[in-house]
Amino acid sequence: MRAVRLLLARLAGVRPNGNRVRELDDELESHLQFHIDDNIRAGMTPQQARREAVLKLGGIEPVKEAYRDAGSVPFMEHLLQDIKFSVRQLRKNSGFTTTAILMLALGMCASVAIFAFVDGALIKPLPYKDPARLVGVFESVQMFPQSNLSWDDYKDWKRLNTVFSSLEVYNRNGYALTTPTGVEPVGGVRVSDGFFRTLGVHPIRGRDFYEGEDSASAVRTVMLSYGAWQKRFGGSDSAIGQAVVLDGHPYVIIGVLPREFHFSPAGQREFWMPLHPESECDLRRSCHSLFGVGRLKDGVTVGAALANLTSIAQQLEKQYPGSNTGQGAAVAPLTEVIVGNIRPILLLLLFGSALLLLIAAVNVAGLLLVRSETRKREIAVRTALGASVGRIFSQFVTEGLVLVVAGSAIGITGAAWAIQLLTKLIPADMLANMPLLQDLELMNVRVLGFAGVIAVSALVLFALTPAIRLSSPDVRGGLAEGSRGSAGTVWNRLGGKLVVLELAVAVVLLVGAGLLGKSVYQLLHVELGFQPERLLTIGLAAPKPSYGKDALQIALGRQIIHKFEAMPGVTGAGIASNGVPLDGNGNTTWFRVLGRPWHGEHNETPERDVSANYFTVLGARLMRGRFFDESEDATKPKVAIINRAFARKHFPDEDPIGKQISGLSTPPVPIEIVGLIEDLREGELDAAIPPVLYMPFNQNPDRYFSLVVRTSQAGSQMLPSLAAAIREINSEIVTNAGTGMEDKISDSPSAYMHRSAAWLVGAFAALALLLGVIGLYGVVAYSVSQRTREIGVRMALGAQAGGVYRMILGEAGRLAATGIGVGLVCSVAAASLMSSLLFGVRSWDVPTLAGVAVLLGLAAMLASFIPARRAASVNPVEALRAE
Amino acid sequence: MKDKAEVWQGTLALMVLKTIETIGPIHGYAIARRIEQTSGDRLILNYGTLYPALLKLELEGSIVSEWGVSENNRKAKFYKLTRAGRKQLAGATRNWEETTSILARFLAPDQGPA
Repeated sequence: MRAVRLLLARLAGVRPNGNRVRELDDELESHLQFHIDDNIRAGMTPQQARREAVLKLGGIEPVKEAYRDAGSVPFMEHLLQDIKFSVRQLRKNSGFTTTAILMLALGMCASVAIFAFVDGALIKPLPYKDPARLVGVFESVQMFPQSNLSWDDYKDWKRLNTVFSSLEVYNRNGYALTTPTGVEPVGGVRVSDGFFRTLGVHPIRGRDFYEGEDSASAVRTVMLSYGAWQKRFGGSDSAIGQAVVLDGHPYVIIGVLPREFHFSPAGQREFWMPLHPESECDLRRSCHSLFGVGRLKDGVTVGAALANLTSIAQQLEKQYPGSNTGQGAAVAPLTEVIVGNIRPILLLLLFGSALLLLIAAVNVAGLLLVRSETRKREIAVRTALGASVGRIFSQFVTEGLVLVVAGSAIGITGAAWAIQLLTKLIPADMLANMPLLQDLELMNVRVLGFAGVIAVSALVLFALTPAIRLSSPDVRGGLAEGSRGSAGTVWNRLGGKLVVLELAVAVVLLVGAGLLGKSVYQLLHVELGFQPERLLTIGLAAPKPSYGKDALQIALGRQIIHKFEAMPGVTGAGIASNGVPLDGNGNTTWFRVLGRPWHGEHNETPERDVSANYFTVLGARLMRGRFFDESEDATKPKVAIINRAFARKHFPDEDPIGKQISGLSTPPVPIEIVGLIEDLREGELDAAIPPVLYMPFNQNPDRYFSLVVRTSQAGSQMLPSLAAAIREINSEIVTNAGTGMEDKISDSPSAYMHRSAAWLVGAFAALALLLGVIGLYGVVAYSVSQRTREIGVRMALGAQAGGVYRMILGEAGRLAATGIGVGLVCSVAAASLMSSLLFGVRSWDVPTLAGVAVLLGLAAMLASFIPARRAASVNPVEALRAE
Repeated sequence: MKDKAEVWQGTLALMVLKTIETIGPIHGYAIARRIEQTSGDRLILNYGTLYPALLKLELEGSIVSEWGVSENNRKAKFYKLTRAGRKQLAGATRNWEETTSILARFLAPDQGPA
């Protein structure tokens, strides 16, 4: 206890207490007086008396020193002294200090902010129970390695597998919710009954689905998302037991999901209901609409699970050749399913920010080197006066510490701000599908640990750089050395290497940014096969009771097109079901080519059902044959139009026009190919265009379809009136918000991903360029300042200004050329690592490489021109006198 | 002078405490003199070591100090024992007696149980 009190008191004493020191002075003075009195009484002279008293005391200063040490912790006091001294030193040199701190803060800010994203998406475990054992389960076909399951296949897999402790399915679905003000389109997810138990998610109100609740005969029940509960029921407990009407059916609310629950493969949806298999698709083994999620039994690997499912799939192929031929299985860790597509981009950004941090740190190290050079004499003097190596080293550590603490504080604050900004820059609906990025935490152990590692590494670098430099023997001579001419060369060599490193890293970042930027350009200018300008698209779902029959669906389509075409500002309208361009592959169909041998194999191809004028409205190019005719309906022979990819794959050396294909029914129903169009960009901009089969909407009508509308004016302001026109026909039809095709292109996930990566890497590259050039400038300027006398001598001996320019610029040019050369080699290597993120551009894209080399070369020349001019304008007389 | 002993480490605090207990409020110089006198001038005390020791005792809370005036009208800092100091002194005294009695048994010629 006494020891603790003593320590506390001593720590308090670290802050030197002026009062106490003054008191000691007084006390010692009074002590001496007593002693002198005694001595005089004993017969000494006053001088003798005082001398004897001081002697007996052991000198006044040593007592004070001992007294101070007794009252505080000497190590701490030295540290405080060091810190005070460092701050004073750094403040005296505020230009250096500000630059160093800001550079470090910049590097820290970029890398910590990006790391927070990486952490949120890739490192932080998914918010489910034991997430490492969760896997995504798929069927697998040639065209889609991870495709949907059918309900029947799922039931067999669930029954026969030996690898999952539970296997569940889910299926996104749109519903029309009946509200007091009309119908509203809402998102729902149909799940098998054990879905939430498998994830380990428990409702916060009400109950989970019980076993068997997903059967067709069970009462319709629904679980609300937390958001839906708040929005539609004000978070009231009375919501449980109430009913909501979805697609005309009442669903009893039995539970509410936790606020933090999300399952991004299904999106942020309001209604989660048991999967009642009742639709035509649910009941047909060959209709695949479900995604699987399973929990592996302990000790079962993904590979073992895949082997087990594959053998089951093979068994089903034999059992049900009509539906299951070619249907394999696929299993992937759930994390892979969720973040697989953004991992490469996040890692790229992390790599980019790390490079920026490297440049920043190297720059600061360079600045410290320059400073240590100018402090050689100070260090020599301190050493001569008896400062130990340890004490001088601890001074460097302290200075580094002050820089790192200040830089980290600013950097981490900046990172918090950057995370907010970057999250805001992600479009809201895109962010809604990336729940992992919604609640990024800056203040978690991993992110702070990452920042800590950076800080410690920076500290080591900053402390060691001057320490290594100054422990070299030539510093010992620093006191004696009058001239600084020769010492600079050592530094120049090291500093030169640092600059080469910086420039090389800057080249890598610039090339990366250039290639990504070019990819974005290529992506946005990829051949679409149609004209996206002034083209709007809007989707709708017609209610089953009113539009259940084919004829009614066809009539609805015609009615809407007539109505649209009568609207001012509309120049044409067409229909497509199963998706419009860029929507993705949508539904597929199986077919065979008539007149060729067929052994039951499944040729799978995406199918779109479109109205007669659809291609005209899109501006698609007809290569051969004709478009559909409006009169071609079920009463006429079946016809189809194919795209170029289809012709290339299935009719490589033939004219497809007039050829007949068929579905897999027996007997076959012939479908004649009447037209061949240039490929339309049906899926993502960066995805290969698959073979596509287009059929007349009037021969394959649907209650769900999209409209494409060409307008005479740019912009999407017509969308609300289009939606209103549809609802005028029947107020129970639900529509989506619709979008302009150009917006759809620029907001498409691939365009967005490429663009954001390009912007961020571009920003890193711009900063890297700036820092690299500052670094080069620093080296050249320092070298010039060190060589002022040498240059003076040269000029006095007759060197011309031009020669001095050549000398300085040549020196800088050599550094820059080496840096650029090394950088170009490294960037080709780096770019080949990110080739999966490049589109339409090779990793050794010569124009980009050349452009970067020229840009950096010019910047480097500019940076060295300023010091070169200073060198050339040196006045020889003054330069010689200066030393 | 050769037969005069240096003050052993750690015993100074005990002597200081005992001196303060015996005399009551007392200033630093008087403590030093008193220790020398009590030892019959067999101890030499480096007066300079006294003040850090006093500070340490004060920080530990064993003594408190107050400025006052001595009998010959000089300003001086007077130290007196706190209750904690009294306890510490008692404990230290016991320890010391224990230590010396053990040492005495060791060093006494042939008196232990054989």
